[in-house]
Amino acid sequence: MTTLDSSKEIQKNNSEVNENHDDFRMFGLITFLIADGMTFAGFFAAYLTYKAVNPLPDGAIYELELPIPTLNTVLLLVSSATFHKAGKALLKDKNINAQKWLFFTAFLGIIFLICQLFEYFHLPFGLTDNLFASTFYALTGFHGLHVTLGTLMILIIAWQTRIKGGRITSQNVFPFEAVELYWHFVDGIWVILFIILYLL
Amino acid sequence: MTISIDPQKTNNESLQPKGWLRYFSFSLDHKVIGIQYLVCGFIFYLVGGTLASAIRIELASPMSDFMPRDVYNQVLTLHGTIMIFLWIVPVVNGAFGNYLIPFYVGARDMAFPRLNAVAFWLIPPSGLMLVASYFVEGAAQAGWTAYPPLSITTPHSGQIIWILSVLLLGGSSIFGGINFIATIIKLRRPGLKLMQLPMYCWAMLGTSLLVVLSTPVLAGTLILLSFDIIANTGFFNPVLGGNVVVYQHLFWFYSHPAVYIMVLPAFGLVSEILPVHARKPLFGYTTMVFSIMGIVVLGLVVWAHHMFTSGTPPWMRLFFTIATAFIAVPTGIKFFNWVATLWGGKISINSAMLFSCGFIINFVFGGITGVALAQVPFDIHVHDTYFVVAHFHYIVYGGTVFIIFSSIYHWFPKVTGKMLNEKLGILHFVITFIGFNLCFAPQHWLGLNGMPRRVAEYDPQFQFVNQISSLGALLMAISTIPFLINIFFSIRGGKDSGDNPWNALTPEWLTSSPPPVENWEGEAPLVEEPYGYGKQFSD
Amino acid sequence: MLIKKIYLIFTISLVFAISFWIGFNVNLLPAEASINAPIYDELFKILFIIGLIIFIGMTIAVIYSLFKFRKRNDQIGDGIALEGNLTLEIVWTIIPSIIVLLIGLYSYNIYDRMGGMKELNHNHEMMSSDTEKIWAGISQTSDNAISKNNLSIEVSAMQFAFLFNYPKGNFISGELHVPVDQKVSMKMESKDVIHAFWVPEFRIKQDIIPGQPTILNFTPTKVGKYPIICAELCGPYHGGMRASIIVEEESDYNDWFNKNKKSEVNL
Repeated sequence: MTTLDSSKEIQKNNSEVNENHDDFRMFGLITFLIADGMTFAGFFAAYLTYKAVNPLPDGAIYELELPIPTLNTVLLLVSSATFHKAGKALLKDKNINAQKWLFFTAFLGIIFLICQLFEYFHLPFGLTDNLFASTFYALTGFHGLHVTLGTLMILIIAWQTRIKGGRITSQNVFPFEAVELYWHFVDGIWVILFIILYLL
Repeated sequence: MTISIDPQKTNNESLQPKGWLRYFSFSLDHKVIGIQYLVCGFIFYLVGGTLASAIRIELASPMSDFMPRDVYNQVLTLHGTIMIFLWIVPVVNGAFGNYLIPFYVGARDMAFPRLNAVAFWLIPPSGLMLVASYFVEGAAQAGWTAYPPLSITTPHSGQIIWILSVLLLGGSSIFGGINFIATIIKLRRPGLKLMQLPMYCWAMLGTSLLVVLSTPVLAGTLILLSFDIIANTGFFNPVLGGNVVVYQHLFWFYSHPAVYIMVLPAFGLVSEILPVHARKPLFGYTTMVFSIMGIVVLGLVVWAHHMFTSGTPPWMRLFFTIATAFIAVPTGIKFFNWVATLWGGKISINSAMLFSCGFIINFVFGGITGVALAQVPFDIHVHDTYFVVAHFHYIVYGGTVFIIFSSIYHWFPKVTGKMLNEKLGILHFVITFIGFNLCFAPQHWLGLNGMPRRVAEYDPQFQFVNQISSLGALLMAISTIPFLINIFFSIRGGKDSGDNPWNALTPEWLTSSPPPVENWEGEAPLVEEPYGYGKQFSD
Repeated sequence: MLIKKIYLIFTISLVFAISFWIGFNVNLLPAEASINAPIYDELFKILFIIGLIIFIGMTIAVIYSLFKFRKRNDQIGDGIALEGNLTLEIVWTIIPSIIVLLIGLYSYNIYDRMGGMKELNHNHEMMSSDTEKIWAGISQTSDNAISKNNLSIEVSAMQFAFLFNYPKGNFISGELHVPVDQKVSMKMESKDVIHAFWVPEFRIKQDIIPGQPTILNFTPTKVGKYPIICAELCGPYHGGMRASIIVEEESDYNDWFNKNKKSEVNL
């Protein structure tokens, strides 16, 4: 059952001719994520153009190792799955289970960030060393900011899913679904980033 | 769950400011927000216009003698930036869009009223910050295009403030775009089909798609530019291995659609105004819709025609020539449709109609120079000269600004319940039309014969023509006087307009002037034929 | 109906006649001083005439409507309820599309004749290596009949001056001298920000970019002194950044060249 279904249910029960309308905050969120995606698209376009046109100067170092980013990819994909499990628990009114899965998701997000920082500190190049170094840090950094924001929001909705006084219930799922969509978006961008930066 | 969209009830009613104070508050009412956008935008228009006057005073003599050279570059940078991001984009999108779209879809407000208010309130601080940057270490001075390396090597603080301001204004624009798309697609009154919507809705839908898809790319680009300035990265700095042409591609990927973001809403507005005052249906509704969508799609793939003399290979220049030239087709169709709307009508020759007709004449001129500029070999001679300056002012001023004035004359009675004085309106039109053409027509010749743009000094043989242009600018400045007198006088002392002084058919006219908070008493009317003129009687 | 058709044909003919007359008699361009210029001016004339026809035609249509279809004081009704006319709309979609396509093809032809489609690399003897890529510029014209060997010049642009390096003479000059009817090939690079090289009388322009060389080739056809204008905002003195190109007879050029050339320095 989606947000749309639950809102229609309530409207059916509302007898007066009302001015209320369906909930399309999700539509707005999707539009916003398209816009956010276009920012990343600009960065990717710049990176790919540099790769095609600007050679790495002699002596410049730009080497990437695969293990940590691969681990990060797995972490994010698993976290999307755990988020989904949280959603299923919430719809069955099992708020405590939902919270557990949410905390686990946030934990995976934090591990992702720690691994990312570990990678940063062990890379042979810094932000300003060369063009590709700068682009690497800009892209992964911008993505990392999104992960940080997403992790914070997961913690917030985990708190709001609490049984006593929590605003998120099986009847009010929009905040949950919004953060979930955002998190899947962040995951998807990471997959593209992994392919373009690390694999190509 | 349900959403209550009565703006009065979402906040505590007794705490809401009343009367004129509403316009200085965080109001969620789309009508208040629309007026906030309009007035704020107009104030920045006056600021930008003052900067333009400074430019034309400098250019009245061939030497750089009116202001220091770097100040001149700051003036021209701020003139362009303010006019685009603080006047045209907010007003044709935020002001008219927010005021009219809910009426047109039969809703009480926009889809996301709080987001709407946030989008507006991003504008005054960003604008103030931008203007204030002049007084700190100097404003940005690399032009509104901010090409590196110049934007990296000129004083940093002004450029960074400029970047921050544009990022905030871009964000405001994106929030607005999200709101318009959601409102038009999702908030339509039961029974109202997409192809029954007034044309302005289609124009705003197309515009908002462009906003959502292209503005974020500018945001990303400016973030990278700011890293180059403050963190010594080399994205666009060749000394550090970067590529200045990549900046241009990224910048123009947004900034070309930006011109459609400025002009498509104006196309929508004139489609509302002409049928009312010509008492005739809008000609060719379906083709108008398709041509808007055609412009949206084509507008995203033509950006490199701004880079014909830059670091682009020959095959790329050719592709963009062909693609750009094709935009002339859907645009031209719209103009034929507007003239056909006038043909056979019962035209009232009032200020709104005159400004709209002035728009048609000016924009056709600008569009023709645009098709010429789209051709690579032609552009090579005139790129970065006054020919280009003349071209785009014919489009943005002769086009969009004329429509903004036309729209003000058309909707002022709806917003205030008073009529504007027609004599002052016609005077405003005449002075503006003459002044505008006197200022910008000669600039085509200047560009063709050797005057580059963004200069404070030039070859003395161009002085006489520059003086004519400056005289035209003076007339344009003077033309604001009868307009402002008209507005200030008519708000209180104008003749009462009644609900529908123009006998128009679109939903905003089917309620009181000014409208109540909930837009209509009772249910929103279902207008299946917004352009149904001539059906009942014609003589 | 016949009268209306006659008026219409008369107006259209008048518009065409005025446009052609203005197009052929009003000269808005500076002197033609390169092989390129007359080619450019051909294109200009066509665009100008087509533009005039459309502009004058639309303006007449608007002004005529305002007069003929204005509301008289005693009229209260609406105009005719005409919502569209499929034939008319098809016609005025197809005709502009054809015009635009033809203009595009003609421009392609002009661009080709200007040398725009020629391969850029390997055409300058001062390429520093086989791997140095040139991404942008205008190459030689397809008409090589009047030129002899290339005169290769390196152009440096900086805030706020142009410097011209003649490698064969091993000297740098602030003035650009070239013999008339000589094919000139310039490789340009900037030392700081983006500049541009523009000679209005030649109808050519190319940005001078830091970090990547650009090419500009031309063949001057008229003796004289012409301005070289920087056409990309490069800082406070952008308006004052100009140089001169002096096109002279070959003997005068040789005199100037020999006076300036330095002998090779053995290091």
